[in-house]
This record gives sequence, C-alpha cells and structure tokens, in this order.
Amino acid sequence: MSAESVSQARELHRLERPALAGVLVREIINFRSFWRSATFSSTVDPTIYLLAFGFGFGSLVSSVNGYDYVEYVGTGTVATAVLFSSAMPSMFGTFVKYRFQRTYDAILAAPVDTEELVTAENLWIAVRAGTYGCVPMLVAIVFGLTPEWTMIFVPPIAFVSGFGWAGFGTTVAATLDSIDNFSYVMSGVITPMFLVAGTFFPLNNLATWVQVLAQLNPLYHTVQLVRAAAFDSWSAVDIWHAGFLIVFGLAMWRLAIWRMTLRLVD
Amino acid sequence: MHGEPALAVRLRGVVKFYGAIKAVNGLDLDVPEGTCVGLLGPNGAGKSTTMKTLTAQAIPDKGDIQVLGYTLPRESKQARAECGVVPQLDNLDTTLTVEQNLLVFAYLYRLGRAERQPAVERALEIANLVDRRDTRVDKLSGGMRRRLLIARALVHRPRLVLLDEPTVGLDPQVRQELWALIDGLRSAGVSILMSTHYIEEAERLADTVTIMSKGSAIATGPPHQLVREYAGSEVLEVYGPPPRLQEVERDAAGAGLRTRRTGTSVAVVGDHANGLFEADSSVARAANLEDVFVLLTGEEVE
Repeated sequence: MSAESVSQARELHRLERPALAGVLVREIINFRSFWRSATFSSTVDPTIYLLAFGFGFGSLVSSVNGYDYVEYVGTGTVATAVLFSSAMPSMFGTFVKYRFQRTYDAILAAPVDTEELVTAENLWIAVRAGTYGCVPMLVAIVFGLTPEWTMIFVPPIAFVSGFGWAGFGTTVAATLDSIDNFSYVMSGVITPMFLVAGTFFPLNNLATWVQVLAQLNPLYHTVQLVRAAAFDSWSAVDIWHAGFLIVFGLAMWRLAIWRMTLRLVD
Repeated sequence: MHGEPALAVRLRGVVKFYGAIKAVNGLDLDVPEGTCVGLLGPNGAGKSTTMKTLTAQAIPDKGDIQVLGYTLPRESKQARAECGVVPQLDNLDTTLTVEQNLLVFAYLYRLGRAERQPAVERALEIANLVDRRDTRVDKLSGGMRRRLLIARALVHRPRLVLLDEPTVGLDPQVRQELWALIDGLRSAGVSILMSTHYIEEAERLADTVTIMSKGSAIATGPPHQLVREYAGSEVLEVYGPPPRLQEVERDAAGAGLRTRRTGTSVAVVGDHANGLFEADSSVARAANLEDVFVLLTGEEVE
C-alpha cells in the first residue's frame, strides 16, 4: 500500500467526537477520585458568601433594585460559583497537568490534538460550572427565593460563562511560566472583576467609568442574565448580555487553544 | 517498492532548532518494518527531540518525516493512532488504578466498546500486572510503573512502538524484566524505535543501531557490524599507573591505533595491538559496542 493510499484510508479530521470523548472519559474517571473535595469547595465557598453578605448586609439593607437582599445576593453569587468552579480549576489544573504530571504529553501521543484536548477539558469544566453554579440559587430558594420556571435557563447560562472562564484559565496557565505568577492574575484581574460584577451591590450608583468597565466584565453579564432567569424579568438588553458571553466563550476557547499549542508543541 | 523493505519510520534531513541550539542536525533514519532500531547517544545527542518529532510534539524546521506511511506533521494524528509511545518521564495518572489508566487509553486510542475490556486484559497480561489491576499507580514500584507505561502503549496493538529511554533509572533486575518484555514485542513483529544511552540495551535488543552525536547520525548498522567496522575484533586492555597509561596512549598513537581510557586501564583498539605491549600488564578481549560508542562520540559510558 502506498503512502498516499494509506493516508486516504484513514482520514482524520479536526474536533473529532472519539478524541473529545476520550479526553472527557479521562476527566470523568479522574473526577470520581476527587469529586467530594471539588464539590465541597465549589459549593461551600459561594454559600458562605451568600450567607455572610445576604444575612450580614441583609440586616442593614432590606432590598436592592426592588429585590430582597438575600434574593439579590443569592442570584448574584451564581456567577461567583461559576467563576470559582471554572477559572480556578482550569488555571491550576491545566498548569499541574502539563507542567508537573505531563498528562498532556501522554494524551497528545494518542490520536488527539491540542484543539481537541483543550476543547474537551473546557467543556468538562463548563459542565461542572453549570452544575455547581446552581447551588447558591438552590440555597437562596431554601432561604426564601421564589422558584420560577425560567430558572431552568440558569444552568445553560452558567455553562456558557464557565466555558469562557475555563478558556481564560487555560490561557493563563499556558502563558505564565510559574504557578506563583498566578497571584498577579488572581489579585489584578479576578478579584476586581469579582467585586465589580453587580453581585453584592448594584453598579448604577458607581462612577460612569466603572459602569463602562463593567460592560467588559463577563461576570457582570452572567449576573444580569442569571437575575433575568431567576426573577423571570427578561428585557431586550439580555440579548447584549447573552451575546457578550457567547463571544467571550468563543474568544477564550480559541485563545486557549493557541496558547496551549505554543506551550505543548515545540 | 523494488525489493526494498517497507519502512515504519523514514526521516530525511531532519533539522530542529531550539533557539540558537541545533538539537537535530540533518538526521536520516530508517526503521524497517518488524525490526528494532536503537538510537544510541550521549545525553544531549538529540534522541528525545527526534522521538518528539515522530509524534509531532516537536515540528522540524527542515526535512521529511514519514511514520507508517503517513507524512508528518500533516498526518500525525493518523500515525499516532497506530503507534504506541513509552515516554522517558513517567506521565501516568497517579490517582487512578492500573486498570483505569489502561481503560482511559483504550478510549483515547478509539477502541470500540466490545474491544476495550479485552484490550485492557491483554495489556495487563503482557505487563504482568493482572493482580495489581486495582492498585492505585502511586502505590506501585518504579518497575511496575514502567511496565504499566509499556502496557499502556500496547493497549491498541500498535504497529510501531516508540520507546524513549525505556529503562532509565531502573535497577538491573527490573531492566532485565523490561528487556524481556521489549524482546517479546520484537519477536511478535512489532516495529520498534528505541532511544537509549545504555550500550547493553542497544546491543541486546536492537537489530540495527544508529549512533547519534550532536544531533546527527554518525554510524548506523547491526551492532556486530559496527563493532567490526570501527573497533575490529579485539581490544587490548593495558593496566598500569597513570604515567604508564600515558606512555601507552602515546605509543598507540604512534602506531596509528586509537585508545580510550577505562578507569585503571587504557583500551587499545585495533587487531594488531597485540604484541606492542608487555603481555603481563595487558589483557586481550573482544571488541564491543561500548568501544565503538566511545571512539565515535568521545563520550564515556555512564
């Protein structure tokens, strides 16, 4: 058989389902060994924020923008939970896997390319974010948030946002040379975004430039969409929020693939 | 094909730079199907970079690479589907069990649902890890982990196995076990490319050895042929204090013979070395691949 005919016999393409499935199976089997700790941190952290802010500030502030403060924070911390369960595991997990465990070298020796590897890993993180993101909302329901049928849109919103944050984390991990440098990203990027997202307080009383910057914050758009879903209060501006999150997800996905390819292929 | 053997691996003029460093320098390499080729060279010779180019984890700056008939890097994914790779550094999933590690790779290598479990069982048998199937990898010994790495590379019955320093850092007994395993693959007709800096490993397992130095292949052939061509049939080991050894080196050079220091002796290479030095301080022995390696690379064996 000539080289040419061999090539024609086994044509492989980009983003193939078996390659994505292989990487996802690895993630799922691995997840079985650490799901308890991952679930604990991804649910307890935002719940503590919800309880601390909701009942702490809630005793001082009865309502915000017409919502009970516990409801306001309960819906806002969905975005926090998404961030904690996507950007953080993606940053640290990716770095550990390619630098210390050399897991990606092993996977790339199989018929999987970097695009498939990054896509599958980010999809898995997004699924987790879509699931864990709902926890604060469920806790808020226990504390008085009225269930609405439109809340079924919260997991997909959290999934799309989580996919973008997973790509962000992968990009950071593939770009920085040391895990110590993650502190710059945590303090310089994530913390400001986390605080200026409309999670704990509304932004409309802040300076105009802060409000403009917030429009570039994916977490802000997540919060707005989650509130629209949780309170069934949709408006035309939600198209802008949804569009921003989709573009954020797609842009971060491609950026992550590009940076990881540079890192993994000499 | 004009009677020429089919090639599992074919490299022509491969060049790979890392910044200003030329890691691989115009390398030509053939691995005929069904044979074991040993890539022998000192640390930094370019062996690992060469292995990485074969899985497209390093893209050459120049040259042509074909693996199992596929042209790399364009068709690398197709080639990898039919290759098994045993890396130099352990990259097993340490929190998973032996069986889970194999199962993950049965999925990654796209085995069908009905094929996966039999493939895992076969790989466990090959690596003699059946009774360790439920053991977490971080509880295994170094030798067992190496066997598992080999089993993982074989789970999909590859046509070509790439072994990058397969026994580095292992004790002699474990090394023997792995040699038996690799020899079994070779006997089964699997094509093997194995990089190593252990002379004995190359000598025992490889049908053909390519000696690399500074990124280039400097000699290629069956081990016995390389020995005959570069070191003759006999080597004279001359023992003595350092001043005496210096004198022997001078005399040998004067007679047009090559030498190498081997601790307390000087090895004088060449079939007519006998008779040049006193018989009571010298011993003749058969020339070996180590003599060839040191003479060609200028590097002592670890």
